[in-house]
Amino acid sequence: MTLTPDAPAPPTAVVLEATGLTKHFPVRRSLRDIFKRTHEAVHAVDDVHLTLRRGQVVALVGESGSGKSTVARLLAQLYPRTDGDIQLHGESSRVKGGRQFRAYAKKVQMIFQDPFASLNPVHTIRYHLTRALKIHGNAGGNAQELEQALTELLNRVSLTPPERYLDKFPHELSGGQRQRVAIARALGANPEALLADEPVSMLDVSIRLGVLNLLRDLKERLNLAILYITHDIASARYFADETLVMYAGRMVEGGDSETVTQNPAHPYTRLLIDSAPDPDRIANMTADTADRGDGEPPSLIHPPTGCRFHPRCPVAMPRCSTDLPVRLEINDKPGHWAACWLYDTEPEAAK
Amino acid sequence: MSAEPVLEIKNLNVDYGLGDQAVRAVRDVSLTLHRGEVLGLAGESGSGKSTLAYGLTRLLPPPGVITGGEVIYHPEKGDAYDVLGLSDRGLRDFRWAETAIVFQGAMNSLNPVHKISTQLTDVLAAHEPKMSAHSRTARAREMLKLVGISADRMDAYPHQLSGGMRQRVMIGMALILQPQVVIMDEPTTALDVVMQRQILGQLIELRERLGFSVIFITHDLSLLVEFSNRIAIMYGGRIVEEAQAATLYKDSLHPYSAGLLGSFPALRGPRRELTGIPGSPPDLKGMPSGCSFHPRCPKAFDPCADTIPILGHPETPDGSVRTVACWLHPAAGSAAALASAKEQVS
Repeated sequence: MTLTPDAPAPPTAVVLEATGLTKHFPVRRSLRDIFKRTHEAVHAVDDVHLTLRRGQVVALVGESGSGKSTVARLLAQLYPRTDGDIQLHGESSRVKGGRQFRAYAKKVQMIFQDPFASLNPVHTIRYHLTRALKIHGNAGGNAQELEQALTELLNRVSLTPPERYLDKFPHELSGGQRQRVAIARALGANPEALLADEPVSMLDVSIRLGVLNLLRDLKERLNLAILYITHDIASARYFADETLVMYAGRMVEGGDSETVTQNPAHPYTRLLIDSAPDPDRIANMTADTADRGDGEPPSLIHPPTGCRFHPRCPVAMPRCSTDLPVRLEINDKPGHWAACWLYDTEPEAAK
Repeated sequence: MSAEPVLEIKNLNVDYGLGDQAVRAVRDVSLTLHRGEVLGLAGESGSGKSTLAYGLTRLLPPPGVITGGEVIYHPEKGDAYDVLGLSDRGLRDFRWAETAIVFQGAMNSLNPVHKISTQLTDVLAAHEPKMSAHSRTARAREMLKLVGISADRMDAYPHQLSGGMRQRVMIGMALILQPQVVIMDEPTTALDVVMQRQILGQLIELRERLGFSVIFITHDLSLLVEFSNRIAIMYGGRIVEEAQAATLYKDSLHPYSAGLLGSFPALRGPRRELTGIPGSPPDLKGMPSGCSFHPRCPKAFDPCADTIPILGHPETPDGSVRTVACWLHPAAGSAAALASAKEQVS
């Protein structure tokens, strides 16, 4: 088995691309609503564009309930999408299950948040990894090749010596080791894209960086495209090349990680960065809570009209509550954009 | 800030299980909480920080057993007493009225089938039976206003409130009897950063107004540096370092504290390669000999593997009290101990 990518693809080749990705979850209707015309839905994800390139990490940052995990599940095709398109290597892909789904999953693998729940407690590590290898046809022809593939997988995620871990059960491992097993299982398919849904937020702080550094190392060695979902914007800056910020199901800002975290353009991104714990700023955090945009994310059944952040926004203008902001280029760095009317240079009347 | 102690923990030991099966979760912990201060308690999961909090309030569920030590409480009026020696009745008076806890996952600690008004007034009914129903409601209303929830949400059920509001209700509930000490066990881990900052900001404001002391337990050290006065770091059931928050951040002495501080990617300043701490937290059943951190410690040397370091008091330029348990800093009292320990080994 070879885990190295076979084709010498250019390093920035697009692996997975989503355009206008939308997901609405229907709300269960009570008896009284049956006679109503309207079908209510939770607007979990609306009009999301993102591109995963080989050897690059894209971070998706947002509060819980902002729809970031739904994006990952849509990209993994675990949910059918309501609208929009997902393209794998430029080909539109919509799979429901069965053989097509297997073929898709071979290219796009997912790592879940909770390594305590994503490994089956009654099976050994050997079983988990063998299954991933066999299903995706990487197990080799005989027992010896399988053994070699297993060893290689565990070596890749720095669980050495592999013999010590192969026949253990998940409960015998620590959280960090379990997450490494989950990563090894995803690598068993020899994927091109890895969707990591909060891979370190359940782990102890002291071992988070170990797992992040491992993912970065794998990205470089295997030329993987990684989507890193997190609520910790500081770790996005540390780990990702590009950062996208989501609020209430919509993308509000994007650009390379350094620009987004150092010169945040959208008021929501600023709020997020101001709220992150920062040891260098001692005390006096009670001072300016009033004009920073307090409050909570809106209900997604009836999201606010216009910009979804406008009810909390400290700099909201009248048009924010009526017009949906489009992506506007920020002129500090190429590729930095924000969906905010503050950056609309053309006068409104001209449109 | 006055240096008057309000809670003194002396050599507290907590075991889980009895006899041969017992594992020691908290080992020989001594800690003092002063009036009006926020004391941060940081450590990884399994370091014993929650066990310590439950131990000192005697809320430890079996098989947890307190096997030694003292917890001296100094009430505002009257004499100090040992919490561990209280009778059931005394304990009932002590809990909530003197020391309140905001639990981990507080969002799920509210009873889903009762209105929050009922849950707030229940506390008053239990602790101050002479209070009239009317004044109970008035007090509950006042408390909600204090934590920033409008009084018309009194009759809401917990599911009608958002996570942040439920957390505020829990904090209001903890403060309703005006306790001297509030223990917060990971109060904001289930919340978003924006909400976390709002709630902690509010808590600090309330503390200034009402003058209670806080023991703040979390694994997020960067949060503690910002919000607490003093920080104690636990590892493997022991306190390994204790210092003023700013001192600890700028100049941590124990390699574990340094490792923890180096585990947080910075939001500002230069981007640098971080490593975290290699290895994984120790298993309480098979604690390493000597300093329990030595297998993961980058600076481990001879005595670390054999001898348990003593909490020393290193010199500080500003004269503030700090302690560290590490052979790298065998200050004053423990230098002799190191010498004798070396003799024993050889």
